Amino acid sequence: MAFTNEQLERYSRHIILKEIGVKGQKKLTASKVLIIGAGGLGAPAALYLAAAGVGTIGIVDADVVDLSNLQRQVIHTTEDIGKKKVDSAAETMRQINPDVTVNTYHQFVTGDNILDLIEGYDFILDGTDNFPAKFLINDACVMAGKPFSHAGIIRFKGQLTTVIPGESPCYRCIFKDPPPKDAVPTCRQAGVIGAMGGVIGSLQAMEAIKYITGAGELLAGYLLTFDALSMQFRKIKLPPRGSGCAVCSDHPTITKLIDYEQAACELKK
Amino acid sequence: MKIIVSGEKKEVAENLTVAALIEQEKVETPQYVTVSVNEEFIESGSFADRILHEGDEVEFLYFMGGGK
Repeated sequence: MAFTNEQLERYSRHIILKEIGVKGQKKLTASKVLIIGAGGLGAPAALYLAAAGVGTIGIVDADVVDLSNLQRQVIHTTEDIGKKKVDSAAETMRQINPDVTVNTYHQFVTGDNILDLIEGYDFILDGTDNFPAKFLINDACVMAGKPFSHAGIIRFKGQLTTVIPGESPCYRCIFKDPPPKDAVPTCRQAGVIGAMGGVIGSLQAMEAIKYITGAGELLAGYLLTFDALSMQFRKIKLPPRGSGCAVCSDHPTITKLIDYEQAACELKK
Repeated sequence: MKIIVSGEKKEVAENLTVAALIEQEKVETPQYVTVSVNEEFIESGSFADRILHEGDEVEFLYFMGGGK
């Protein structure tokens, strides 16, 4: 399908890039990205992916917008307090770019629903705030062969990696099991600088766009860490996908999804 | 001897183990840190036995659970 004059104008700064061009922009228009978590990471990622013209964006979140979210979750406004985050996020994305089809899923990801949720999407973004969800997303994406961006943020620090199942090391290659509940602090307990979601969530959107368009090299096989206090980025090379991983090795010992028990940072009582 | 810890050169004692380095570097939540030496993961059960050598490159990888 040819772009309209308005679309050529809207995406002109992409189209002029030799790594993207009309061809890359068409790939973006045809692509489907699922964002799990419409919070600190998911909010900026969703804004940039909508603006970039990703054709279909799915957003999964079971929460409603809370006043304490607005310090960092830039897709929601003060007027949105009390609204479902997925609805608030969808509204903003449609306002930014009416070309985008937004699918909303007002639910938590679980072992029962996650494979159905990710099935129709080309790339997944993990913007969740708890280890059970991060392990679940990793395992489901590995089992379904879906590439995804993993990220975490806390205090003045953030990190991310991109996983191409079967090629690059997965989250479980790095961390075998979730830490026990409350062993590692959450954002609610420890705090997080709002702009960190902007830095790391935007990098996740960047990886999605690069995956879809084929531009450059992905962060597969690397963990990118950022410390805002020292203003240091480090791209740490990860050991290769090994034979030892319980989920992504050629002979996995985890073949069923696991719903680990743990209260999330933002879960309501 | 000199080793590289998180990208920075460090002078450390000979025969330093991974466990001793974790303590020396005051690693946060040391029981949950993942360690790689020369781009190879070290099993946490071997931290006390794994002796570091001149030029080894050590990385500490931390859980980061936040995002919302």
